[in-house]
Amino acid sequence: MSVQSTTTTGLSRAGVSKRMLFFIGLVAAALAAPFFVYPLFLMKILCFVLFASAVNLVLGFAGLLSLGHAAFFGGAAYVAAHSAKVWGFPFELAILSAVAFSTLLGFVFGFLSIRRQGIYFAMITLALAQMIYFLAIQMPFTGGEDGITAVPRGRLFGVVDLGDSLTMYYVVLALVAFGLFVIWRTVHSPFGHVLAAIKENEARATSLGLQPNRYKLIAFTLSAALSGLAGALKAISFQVASLLDVTWHMSGEVVLMTLIGGMGTLIGPGIGAAFVVAMEHYLSTSGLPITFIIGVIFMVCVMLFRKGIYGELRAWYLRRAGRD
Amino acid sequence: MTEIFGVPAAVLAGQILLGLINGSFYALLSLGLAIIFGMLNVINFAHGAFYMLGGFVTWMLFSYLGIGYWPGLLIAPVIVGLIGAVSERLLLRHLYRVDHLYSLLFTFGAALALEGLFRYVFGAAGKPYPQPAELSGGYNLGFMFLPLYRIWVIVIALAVCFGTWYAIERTRLGAYLRAATENPSLVQAFGVNVPFLLTLTYAFCVGLAGFTGALAAPIYQVSPGMGANFLIIIFAVVVIGGMGSIVGTILTGLALGVVEGLTKVFFPTASAITVFIIMILVLMVRPNGLFGRER
Repeated sequence: MSVQSTTTTGLSRAGVSKRMLFFIGLVAAALAAPFFVYPLFLMKILCFVLFASAVNLVLGFAGLLSLGHAAFFGGAAYVAAHSAKVWGFPFELAILSAVAFSTLLGFVFGFLSIRRQGIYFAMITLALAQMIYFLAIQMPFTGGEDGITAVPRGRLFGVVDLGDSLTMYYVVLALVAFGLFVIWRTVHSPFGHVLAAIKENEARATSLGLQPNRYKLIAFTLSAALSGLAGALKAISFQVASLLDVTWHMSGEVVLMTLIGGMGTLIGPGIGAAFVVAMEHYLSTSGLPITFIIGVIFMVCVMLFRKGIYGELRAWYLRRAGRD
Repeated sequence: MTEIFGVPAAVLAGQILLGLINGSFYALLSLGLAIIFGMLNVINFAHGAFYMLGGFVTWMLFSYLGIGYWPGLLIAPVIVGLIGAVSERLLLRHLYRVDHLYSLLFTFGAALALEGLFRYVFGAAGKPYPQPAELSGGYNLGFMFLPLYRIWVIVIALAVCFGTWYAIERTRLGAYLRAATENPSLVQAFGVNVPFLLTLTYAFCVGLAGFTGALAAPIYQVSPGMGANFLIIIFAVVVIGGMGSIVGTILTGLALGVVEGLTKVFFPTASAITVFIIMILVLMVRPNGLFGRER
C-alpha cells in the first residue's frame, strides 16, 4: 500500500514538471508563431480557442449544452465594431463595452433558459440566439448582409498602433491568455468544484444546501462574457463584424470544436478550435463543400470519438501507462 | 373598402390565411418532432433537413422523371421515411445508451451535412415548383381572393394531424407506442418488438416532415435553406406547447402561425421575432409549456 502511494506521488510530481514543460513550450510556440505563420490566421485561431474554451466552461464543466453562444460571440463583435467605428471608441473601451454587452445578454439568456434542463435548455438557448440573429438582420446599424466593415483597430492605450498585424497579434494573444487563465482559475476554484458536483448529481448538490441554478447562471454569464471577448477581438483584429458570426451554424460549430478537441478537458477545446479553423482555412480554397464535410466530421465524432482528440489521446496514454 | 383597426380587410384576411398555412406546416413539423422526442428521447435536429429533402425529392421526381405532384406527394414521404428508417437503424440507435446530448449533436451534424450537400449540388437559389393544375384556381370571396391550393394545404394538413393523433391515442399500435414510452423493457417482455417500433416511429415522423416539404414545394420555392429557417421556429413551438400533448402541439403550431401573420400586418418589423418573444413570455409564466406536464 505504502509502495503504491509513493509511486503515485512520484508519478504526479513527474506529471507536474511535465505539465510545466508543456506549458512553457506552448507559450514559446505562441510567441514565436507569427514569425512563421500568417498573423491574421493565428488571430482567428486564438479567438476561436477562447470561444470554444468558454463554451466548454458550461458544456464540459457544468453539463449545459448551449446552442446559442453565437449570440454572445457575434453580438459582441457588432458592439465592438460599431462602437469603434461610429462612436470612435478607443480599442480598450470598444472591447470593454462589447464584453459588458455579452455579459448582460448572457445573464438574461441564462436567467430565462436555466429554468429548464437538458434538451429544453439547448432548444431555448438556440431560439433566444435566433432572436438576436433576426435583430441583427433588421437593425439598421448592423449593415444587414454586409455587416460592419472597415472597423478601425485604433491604438492600445492611445500609444501603441494596432494597425500592424504583429502588434495586434500579441495584444490578442495576451487577452486570450487572460481569458483562458480565468477559465482555468474558475475550474480549479471551489466554485468549479461545485459546478462539477452539480453536473454529476444535481439532486445531491441541492440536498447539500447548494443552489444549482445560481451556480449555473454565474457560469453561463461568465462563459457569455468570455465568448463576447473572443467575438470582440475577432471583430477588431479582422476589422469586420458579419452576420455569419450570429448564425446558429456558428453556435453549432463551436460546440463541434469543443467536441472534437475533448469536452470537459482544459486544453481539448483549444486543440479542436485550431483543428477546425485550420481545416476550414485549407478547405476554403479547395472548392469542396465545407458545411457538408463539417457535418460529416460531426457525425463521425459523435459515433466513434466521443472523448475528442485530447480525450482519446489521454485515454490511450493512460491505457499504455497502465499496461507497462 | 372595409377596414379593421385601420387595416384593409383584404390585407388582414390574406395575412391570416398565410398565417394558417405557415401554422399548418408548423403543426405538421412540430408534431413529428414532439413524437420523436416523446418516444425516442431524441431532439431531431435533422427535422428541418428532412423537410427540405421532401421538397427536393418532389422537385427531382418532377424535373428528372416527369412524375407530377400527386404521385410525388405520396412517393416523397415514403423515400424520406425510408432514409430516416435506415439512418435510425444503422446510426442513431447506437446513441440511445449515451447522454441525450450526443443524439442531438449527431442529428445536428446530419442537418449540416444534408444542407451542405444540397447547397453544393444545387446551389443556394430556390427552385420553383408548379402548382398542380387541379388546384390552380381560386374563389373570389368579394373581400379577398382565396387560392384553391392554399385551402387544400390547410385541409390536408389538419387531416393528417388528426390522423396522427387518432393513430397514437386510439389504436392498438398507438397504445403499444405509448406503453413503450413509459416502460420499454416491460413492453418488450410482453413480446412487442420495441426496437422495431422505434424505427417505425422515427420513419413515420421523418416521413411526415418529407410530406410537409412536398406540400410546401408549390408555395415556397424548394431551396437547401428552407428547412433551417423553419427548424428553429418549430423548436420554439414545441417549447411553447410543451411536449406532453399531441393536440397541444398541433394547436400551438396553428395559433403561432396566425399570430405571426397578424404581427406582419400590425408590426411588420417584429414579425420574425414574434414567436421567440411569445416563447420567452410562456417560459416566464409556465416553464413546462402551455400544454406540458412536469417531466
